[in-house]
Formats: sequence, C-alpha cells, structure tokens
Amino acid sequence: MSANKESWGSRVGLILAMAGNAVGLGNFLRFPVQAVQNGGGAFIIPYLICFLVMGIPLLWIEWSMGRFGGKFGHHSTPFIVDTMHKNRLWKYIGVFGIWTNIAVASYYCYLESWTLSYVFHSLGGTFAGLDQDGVAAFFNEYVSLGKSTFGIPYEPIVFFVICLLLNTWILSQGLAKGVERVAKFGMPMLILFGIFLAYKGFTIQAGENGALSDSAAGLNFLWTPNYDELWSPTVWLAAAGQIFFTLSVGMGTVHCYASYVRSKDDIALNAMSAGWMNEFVEVVLGSSILIPISIGYLGIERVTELVQLGGLGLGFKTLPYLFFQWGDTIGAVAGFMWFGLLFFAGITSSLAMGTPWIGFLQDEFNWRRRPAAWSFGLIVLLLGMPTVLFFKYGVFDEYDYWAGTVSLVVFALFETILFAWVFGMGKGWREITSGADIQVPYIYKYIIKFVTPLLLLWVFIGSLVTPKGGDWGKAFAGEWVLDDSSIINKIKNSSLKRQLAEATDPAVIEQLQDTLFFVNASRILLVAVFLSIAGLVYIAYKKRVREGRI
Amino acid sequence: MNTSALVVMLGTMILVTSLMIYFFVRVIKTPPKPEPDSYLDNDDEPDRQVKP
Repeated sequence: MSANKESWGSRVGLILAMAGNAVGLGNFLRFPVQAVQNGGGAFIIPYLICFLVMGIPLLWIEWSMGRFGGKFGHHSTPFIVDTMHKNRLWKYIGVFGIWTNIAVASYYCYLESWTLSYVFHSLGGTFAGLDQDGVAAFFNEYVSLGKSTFGIPYEPIVFFVICLLLNTWILSQGLAKGVERVAKFGMPMLILFGIFLAYKGFTIQAGENGALSDSAAGLNFLWTPNYDELWSPTVWLAAAGQIFFTLSVGMGTVHCYASYVRSKDDIALNAMSAGWMNEFVEVVLGSSILIPISIGYLGIERVTELVQLGGLGLGFKTLPYLFFQWGDTIGAVAGFMWFGLLFFAGITSSLAMGTPWIGFLQDEFNWRRRPAAWSFGLIVLLLGMPTVLFFKYGVFDEYDYWAGTVSLVVFALFETILFAWVFGMGKGWREITSGADIQVPYIYKYIIKFVTPLLLLWVFIGSLVTPKGGDWGKAFAGEWVLDDSSIINKIKNSSLKRQLAEATDPAVIEQLQDTLFFVNASRILLVAVFLSIAGLVYIAYKKRVREGRI
Repeated sequence: MNTSALVVMLGTMILVTSLMIYFFVRVIKTPPKPEPDSYLDNDDEPDRQVKP
C-alpha cells in the first residue's frame, strides 16, 4: 500500500500552487526579451495563438492524465502513463517526468539562491554606491565564488544550501501545510510587488532621477508591432517555445499536482484559471518592468545590446543599479521587491519540482513524506554543486539546455501522442470533461488530436535542425546549414570546437578545453541520473509484480 | 506612446486581465461538490456532508 494519503487544502490553494508552478523567473526575464527580439507587439499574436492551440490543450492533457493516474494511486508520471496503455515501455518514457524535475531543480535552486542573496544585498545597501559596471562586476564576482561583501566565505554556496534547506523543509510539511501555504502567501505577494514595480515602470519621466527618456520609449520599443515578422517561422517557433516554457508543461509537475484531485472534481476550469493567471503575470506584469525601466535609464541602443545577452544579465547586472537612481530608500525597497518577486516566482516552481520524486518514493517504496523530501534535497545538492562550482565552464547552461529545454519538448510530444492517439481521444475527452465546471469547446477535441501534436513535432524538428541564423527561406531553398543552437550541433559541440580551432591564446585554449570537458561530463552525469531513475522504475515494477499489484 | 503600440498593449492587457479575473471568479463562485471531495478545508462543513 502507498504511504501517500495527501490532499489539497482548498481549490483556490490548488490553483495558486499550480499557477505558482508555472510562474517562474522566465515570466519576468525571458518573455520581454523574446518579445523584443521577435517582432515587438506583433509577437503577441503568435504567442496567444500558440497559447490557445498548444498551451491550453497541454494543460488539459496533463491535468487529466494526472487525475486519471491518481485514481489508481499513482502520483508520478512513470506509473501514471503506465495506467494509460498496456505497453510496458511507456513507464520508461514517464521517467522524464521525474528526471527533468531533479535536473532542473539542481540549477534552478542555484538561480533561486541568487535572488534570495540579492534581496539581502538590496536591503543591505550593497548596490547603493556602485555604478553600472560595479553592479555587473559584483554579479561576475558572485558567480565566480569570489569575495563576499557580507564577509561570508563562499557566499553563493551558503545561499544555495539555505535555499535548498528551505525548499526541503517546506516539501517535508506536505502538500496542504507546505506547498499550498507558500503558494497562498507567495503568489499574492508576487503580484503585489509586480504591480508596484510596473507602476514605477509606467511612470518614468525623462530628466527625472537621471532618466534619459519617458516610459513611453520603452513601451513603444516593446509593443510597436512589426507585422512583417509574422511571416517568419523563427518568430512562431520562439512564441511556441515561450508558451511551452512559461506553463511548465512537459515536466511532470502538473500531472503530480493533479493526481491529488478526485475523479468527480473539476480540472477543466482549474487548468484555465491557473493558465490565465500565469499569462497575466507574464504579459501584464512581465512586460511592464524589465524593458521600460532599462530603456528609460539606458536608452534603446544600450538595451538592444544588453538583450542579446539575455534577460538574466539585465535582471541581475543592470536593474539593481537602475533602482538606486530613485534614491537609496526607494532603491532598496525596489530591489527588495524585484528580487523578492523573483524569489517567490522561483520557490513556487522549485517546490513543484520536488513533488514527483516524493510521490514516486511514497507510492512505490512506502517512504514517508519527510525522508522522501530530504532525499530530494540531498540529490539536488549533489547534482547542483557542479553548477555552482563550475558555473564558468557552462555546466549550468548544459543542465538548462538538456533538462530545462529539450527534454520538455520530447516528453510533451510523447504524452500528447499517448493521450490523443494511444489512450484514445474518446476516452481522453471524457477525462477532460468529467466533473468540468465549464463547457469545454468541442473543437478542442480536434485541436488536441491533430494541431497540438503537429505543432509540438514542428517545435521539436525546428529545434533539432535549426538553420543558420534562423533563415528558413534559405534552408528550404536547399542551403540547409545547421545553426550552432540546433540540437544536432549542440550534441556535436560544434560551436566550442570551432572556437578551439580558431583560438591562439594558450589561456583561452585551456579555458575552452576545460569547458569542453565539463560540458561532456555534465551530459554523462545527466544520462547516468536518467538511467538510475529508470532502474528504480524497473525495481518498482518488479515489486508490483511480486506483490500482485499488476 | 505611438498609436499602434498603445492599441496592441492595451488590447492585450485588457484581454488577458479580463480572462484571468473571469476564470478565477468562476472558480470562487462555483459551489463545491459534495463530500468526499479533493479538498480538506471544507470537510467539516455540516451542509456538505452526504446524507445517510
């Protein structure tokens, strides 16, 4: 018998936890950068279309798969998918739903620990006297495990461990008393902080506190539609990718949370409510902070340069400096709110990542919640330390690429095919609509069966063989040279190998050789973790056979 | 702000905020199913118990 007898405390708590799972740092750091790079205001059209035909269907698929598996006492994807078809191999596809969470949590908790540390640094006035280069240097020094301004030895490691202890302790308290309580407090705080910062983003006046331009300059930059971009497959691919990552689908967390919902209770309305809450945070709040404030103080040209380096650089290397243009007190408060908001966004997601592993141990090996939670913390600590210690050798990015990007698309593609074609859309539709508190539009039966899998297949193939510079026109005309960001060239380490061939400075050559070593070592480690979880699933299956449960 | 940026921004923000509020209000206003349901908080409410 499973030791898992947990329940959600309330329906609102479940929705906030599910929305918190989806809302992450990407809502504030990734979305605005993607929009700027892909057609400005016109990006929102493919973005919302992809939400309607890929995001919502995937949410319904995952909620209903989770609730279906929960009926049989399963709370993690290997045995949830196993209940949906007799082929024994499906449960090994389900391994993605545990592996992804462990691997992503390993680097995500480190990222989350930066936000926690920056909360204290903002309040402590670390950034008050620094110029922009000083704030950027602070970040570079921080991730290189350099000298701490607080005088704490190895400060990033200390904050990483604190963050992990906090996550593990909350997880050990259970669903209703741990995860749900944090979501009920964290989500409203996140929205409150976001509204304050969005207000500041909307009210920048040129010449005031050193601002170069009004908020309108940044908002124009972000929202002016360039409709020509709508014909570019790259823009659609970026929109589909953003929808995918923002909703935390393809991870196994939605299945796990939904597996605690009884079969007579609604999932259709719950999924819509949590999904649109995530969209509100991303589109309304996420677009009103990073870009308008950065452009207001730095100008369009400088921000155009900075967005090429991604939202992480803007968020950590630039905003702390800009906040202090509002004066020391408001600067400290704004820094506290910005990094506090990112921390709440992070912790509500990382907690979700712990639940599939805990559910698996409870269901299959009768572990109690507490030791299962601590085992998660220990595994994440061991797997996460390489991302902390070897950050400059690309270990963090490697985890993010394979576990946080590629694996989501692969698992979502498999689960959609399983749900719509193997389990069957007839049964699948009954699962989605059973107990529903809203009328689910019938057209979604066909969207889920045909459009969603094709779109996912296109996202996967588009990532596998991305043409150089995203020039699909040239690729279809016969000149298909792979881009370094394509999965195939990533596997071959093309970019690193080319840099090595071109390098002449011995120090650069040594750095690149070390990076190549750590990149390959990270991949071997990730594969080893996947195989270990698959081994545990096999042991659990054999145990079930022995106990006559199969 | 220029007109096209303003139209796209306001249109998107109003649409997304309205739908977020609409679905959340529906969740709050929908009466819960009779016990046993999925949620612990309302387990002891007398009028929700299954009549013998």
